[in-house]
Amino acid sequence: MLKGILGRKVGMTQIFDETGRAIPVTIIQAGPCCVLQLKTVERDGYEAVQLGYQDKPRRLARRSERGHVAKIGGKNSSDRPKANCEPQRVVREFRGSVEGCEVGQKLGVEVLENVVSVDVVGVSKGRGFAGVMKRHNFSGQRATHGVKKVHRHAGGTGCSASPSRLFKGRRMGGQYGAARITSRNLKVVRVDAENGLLLVKGAVPGPNGGVLVVQETNRLG
Amino acid sequence: MSQQIIDLVEKSSLKEEPPQFDVGDTVDVHTRILEGEKERIQIFTGVVLGRSGGGAREMFVVRRIVAGEGVERKFPLHSPRIAKVEVKRSSVVRRAKLYFLRDRVGKATRLKERRRS
Repeated sequence: MLKGILGRKVGMTQIFDETGRAIPVTIIQAGPCCVLQLKTVERDGYEAVQLGYQDKPRRLARRSERGHVAKIGGKNSSDRPKANCEPQRVVREFRGSVEGCEVGQKLGVEVLENVVSVDVVGVSKGRGFAGVMKRHNFSGQRATHGVKKVHRHAGGTGCSASPSRLFKGRRMGGQYGAARITSRNLKVVRVDAENGLLLVKGAVPGPNGGVLVVQETNRLG
Repeated sequence: MSQQIIDLVEKSSLKEEPPQFDVGDTVDVHTRILEGEKERIQIFTGVVLGRSGGGAREMFVVRRIVAGEGVERKFPLHSPRIAKVEVKRSSVVRRAKLYFLRDRVGKATRLKERRRS
């Protein structure tokens, strides 16, 4: 049975547990998701469940996107079962057994009921071209004692005449953020199926409103 | 929309009757403390310096003088460990944060009492 869902990050807050401790939580608005396609070993070489999240107006969807979710005719239309739903904004696959899933099925956040911890995948906030202090937590240089205009620089990067080159993997400034990040093993604090909300302990990647893939963690122990 | 969702989630952590007090009040804060199996109440008395945050994250700062040294404690208003907050005395204050009290000692820390009608 699939234990994953798509959602959007709402924001963070804190709630109190039964002992009165404040737990930092991220609210994720998850589902409802539509099962769009089942990948099978015979046909695709692997097993996966494809989910769609949030409707997209038909006028904005391409013909291929509309044809993916419903039968729209045409000489090349396939016979595979269609979900018969609106075109979906976000389409993602979840690897794993397709057992218990069928095309067209609507999944809510209740699929994560009884799940202890989850992995959350998102796209982190873009920080543009960032220096080494922000990007790699370098210390920078001193504010005084003769340091001139290089307070946030990295310092020396290589050796001397031998080897007279930089070693590969030298950490420098560059594009930081806007990358796919997985936060693993986040504890599930609450599953609110009625409102379609999922509360996980701690932070998840990306801005508020960012798309998230939530899945039962693959980390053991 | 997202604020409404956050409010919905926080509602379960809010106290039904949050303690009523103002900045500048002298209060007794009753805190539940768990010692092994036994629970007891500890009281912290002092002047409310300010309140911060909103929703379930609202906090308040209480300042008192212990053995000549200023001590401040910050409490989460909606924490179940805060049993109750008792107002002992109210004062006339003209600002939301009374941080100026930190620079004062002795008689200068007094605040003018406000009589409630």
